[in-house]
Amino acid sequence: MLLRILISAYQCQSVALGRRGDLRRSVMRTPVHLTNRTNLVSFLQVIYMMKQIYLDNSATTAVAPEVMEAMAPFFSAEYGNASSLHGFGLRTRHAMEKSREEIADTLQASPAEIVFTSGATEANNLAIQGAARARPNRRHLIISKIEHHSVLHTCQWMETQGYEVTYLDVDRSGAIDLDELRGAIRDETLLVSIMAGNNEIGTLAPISEIGAICREKGVLFHTDAVQAYGKIPLPIETVDLLSVSAHKLSGPKGVGLLFVRKKTPLLSIVHGGEHEQGRRSGTENVPGIIGMAAAARLSFGEMEETAARLRGYRKQLIAEIAAIPGTQLNGHETESLHHIANFSFQGIEGESMVMKLDEHGIAVSTGSACSSPNLEPSHVLVALRIPLAMAHGSLRISTGRQTTAEEIDTLLKFLPRVVEELRVISPFKVGE
Amino acid sequence: MYTDKVIEHFRHPHNMGKLDDYSAIGKVGNIVCGDVMWLYIKVEKDEQGREIIADISWETFGCTAAIATSSMSSEIAKGKTLDAAIAITNREVAEGLGGLPPVKMHCSALAADALNEAIYAYLAEAGREIPPILARRHDRISKEVIALEERYRAFPEAEESAT
Repeated sequence: MLLRILISAYQCQSVALGRRGDLRRSVMRTPVHLTNRTNLVSFLQVIYMMKQIYLDNSATTAVAPEVMEAMAPFFSAEYGNASSLHGFGLRTRHAMEKSREEIADTLQASPAEIVFTSGATEANNLAIQGAARARPNRRHLIISKIEHHSVLHTCQWMETQGYEVTYLDVDRSGAIDLDELRGAIRDETLLVSIMAGNNEIGTLAPISEIGAICREKGVLFHTDAVQAYGKIPLPIETVDLLSVSAHKLSGPKGVGLLFVRKKTPLLSIVHGGEHEQGRRSGTENVPGIIGMAAAARLSFGEMEETAARLRGYRKQLIAEIAAIPGTQLNGHETESLHHIANFSFQGIEGESMVMKLDEHGIAVSTGSACSSPNLEPSHVLVALRIPLAMAHGSLRISTGRQTTAEEIDTLLKFLPRVVEELRVISPFKVGE
Repeated sequence: MYTDKVIEHFRHPHNMGKLDDYSAIGKVGNIVCGDVMWLYIKVEKDEQGREIIADISWETFGCTAAIATSSMSSEIAKGKTLDAAIAITNREVAEGLGGLPPVKMHCSALAADALNEAIYAYLAEAGREIPPILARRHDRISKEVIALEERYRAFPEAEESAT
């Protein structure tokens, strides 16, 4: 048995020196009697994980060790229900409220303005549906065509409930026209929801200006700040509602928040024990909340340094990928989140690019139709009016705090090869 | 998601490229919907005087499954008589790959259609009689092309080419 382990480990190491993807295949093909030994499998997976390059941080991020450490006691020792009156409950509540204060500070908000949720999907639903319940006479909503599905699909559902929704166009870079927004606001408009930074292309929205317009017109402004919070300073003086998710900033999955500015009309959409000042029932996910606060601490503490580094990677990606013929940047060169860069490659399809890069241990994502369950290309790329053929050949590279210069170099070494390999296979030759 | 066989064909595709000297070509799919396959066949007579697919190759724009099914279908068709090649179904192509995810089954249909269209083009060009099954499938494929164009009309046209 021991000999087997050593042989396997040796094989994996030697394969790792060759092509990264083969390593995973060899792990997957480990004989059945070895896969029964869970310790061996995790041992091999550790080796395998070390060889991976994760450039899909817009999808989710690794929980940082300091975040794990902060959370750990709240699973076992401090497991009290924050609503309980005994010591267990009080200690938990105290820790949770401390986290609420810390998070409120990052938004220059007061703790009472923070409503913890199960994540940003719930926060976006609460913002839109909760505001609608509080102001039932206002039956019109305004969003952009490139909102996240949790906003887009919520609004589409609201249409089935008798609401009217205006979907604002965006330009080639993903920016809305502020005059068009101003013109779309009516007396019966309830709320405008525009995301702070787009999750697919990174384009930033001028949330101060949008908020000012909404103030002036007397409508609520919600922004989905999932990708922007903790990455860039957010001027939210004119924002009424703002959604955040912990797992996009090295925190745990399953926890997020909605910032609700004081006096913003909002009714709960989840009923029960009247937690979170009656705005969101359900026992608070205390370990998650502690983790989100730790992740916020970490992200805000190193914000400038990380931003400068990732901005450099983005510049490098844009410069070097432009050198591959038949490519384009989707989004904006500068008015963008620094951790997201989206490109299209002529003549090839995104899902096969993702799979080819995965062979080399590089994880990225695509907005291609073939990668989506309904076989439609990304609504964001379609809204940018990118030709469909180019939308199918899109690739999103999203870096994170753990991304290294070496990893970017490795991606840039393999990417032109992958593009070339797939172009050889494709009937559409670039430059012919 | 994909079987090892799919990955193997995706990574090491068989019969890939364009034949220098081909008898006919079958073009199916549409770039706006994300799948295009061009299939080249070289038809020759074997020792018994039957027409066979002596050589075959393809070029595909598409996902992992589209590339793997292109490779597998060309392997299955190579050396077969035209009659036997006509009988190849998309199910057979998918089974050859150890199965495909349900959402990707249309990729195997694309490969079977390309073969159908190449043989159709070969017989039509030679002014030969088209077997009814081949003609029926050709009609369906042509109708699907029109339906696709209809469906994607709402999407932006290729307004600009990449730099």
